[in-house]
Amino acid sequence: MMEMLAMGKYGAYVWSSFGLMFIVMIACVVQARSRHRKMYQQIESRLKAMDSAT
Amino acid sequence: MKPRQQRMLAVGLAALGVVLAVAFTLRAFEENMMFYVEISDVVEGKVPDNRTFRVGGLVVPGSIVRESGQMQVKFTVTDTKNSLDIFFSGILPDLFREGQGVIAHGSLNEDGQFEADTVLAKHDENYMPPEVADSLAKHAADKAAATVVEE
Amino acid sequence: MFRHMWIFLHKLASPPHFYGLAAKMIPWFYVSGLLLIAYGTIAGLFYAPADYQQGDAFRIIYVHVPAAYLSMMAYSIMAISAGIGLIWRMKLAHAVAAAAAPLGAWFTFLALATGSIWGRPMWGTWWEWGDPRLTSELIMLFLYFGYMSLRAAIDETSKADKASAVLILVGAVNVPIIHFSVEWWSSLHQGPTLVREGGPAIETAMLYPLLGMILGFTLFFGALLLARVRAEVLHRERRSRWVRNLILGESA
Repeated sequence: MMEMLAMGKYGAYVWSSFGLMFIVMIACVVQARSRHRKMYQQIESRLKAMDSAT
Repeated sequence: MKPRQQRMLAVGLAALGVVLAVAFTLRAFEENMMFYVEISDVVEGKVPDNRTFRVGGLVVPGSIVRESGQMQVKFTVTDTKNSLDIFFSGILPDLFREGQGVIAHGSLNEDGQFEADTVLAKHDENYMPPEVADSLAKHAADKAAATVVEE
Repeated sequence: MFRHMWIFLHKLASPPHFYGLAAKMIPWFYVSGLLLIAYGTIAGLFYAPADYQQGDAFRIIYVHVPAAYLSMMAYSIMAISAGIGLIWRMKLAHAVAAAAAPLGAWFTFLALATGSIWGRPMWGTWWEWGDPRLTSELIMLFLYFGYMSLRAAIDETSKADKASAVLILVGAVNVPIIHFSVEWWSSLHQGPTLVREGGPAIETAMLYPLLGMILGFTLFFGALLLARVRAEVLHRERRSRWVRNLILGESA
């Protein structure tokens, strides 16, 4: 088991590559979701402000 | 920051990006086209003056000589027509071995020997497990032997 | 048949229809993409044999190649969308181009970073200044940054669309340069393994996880792109009646 995780003598290189992949994947998902939420909330607050003004 | 200033900053950054891109491209061409020298040209003494350049070729099997107890290593690279001795002191990449394609940066010293400051190893685009590589090599050897027998 | 296609495309290009359809499609893209990435990661790390030259270091291919492919794919999608947006004045196409840019930048960064991590033990260097493959990929990262800062600099959406579309189309010349750089110039980088004459030069047990990763990354990218286009569409249509109905209708 440990031998499999060691990746010969290249463990640090292999695991940091896959770690970076997961970081980028998570960052992409978080960014995409928060951007949609931000747009939605912006419009929502503007529409509500407009409605309460009239 | 005012919106107009923000815009100017952003346009400035975009312009800087384009300038950097052009600079990198030019640098790439300079380094690669101008200062990559064929081994045959080095042998004939056709090398750039007072500047480091790079040579590329295959490591000749059996040519690797290490000074005992030192980092100094000497090996020969060949472009199949001519060959050149390379002197290097430092850490070689893991893929450095006999028959491997390598690129060396460096220049000629006073004695006309190529002294490398960096040695990089290339690998090919084939990926396979060691067993397959061994059997491929064995097949190739068998085939060669068979041709010799036929002749 | 052709007419049905045409109607479908027209409906797809209508913002409210796209917004709803994309929301239904996103989970499917995420789930199928992540399943394939999970398969590729496990099979690539633990089941594929080590390489005859590079040993276990070759496993970085399972991150590096899909990332590099997506970095170019995202750029191609942007260039095509920008072209469609300019020629047919289709707003959704501009929204797609704007949404793809940050994703392309992320995957270009991932390709460069994992390439560097791979290069250190194998080639003997983190980075080789002036190498054509490495340099053209780095230029693509700057093109993405340039595109995003140009968009951020122009307040008016339609102007930003046009100016940034021109930039991305001019920069599109870099995509074939990246692909062919290893053939046209002397590069430290080896030639293509998958897309080459005579078929892929990689053992089947190593190939399948790689194909799984590439397809998984593509589907995952599809989900991200749809999610980002939805946000972009919402912003662009913020004054429209359907957005008003959508938002106030839900909260009422």
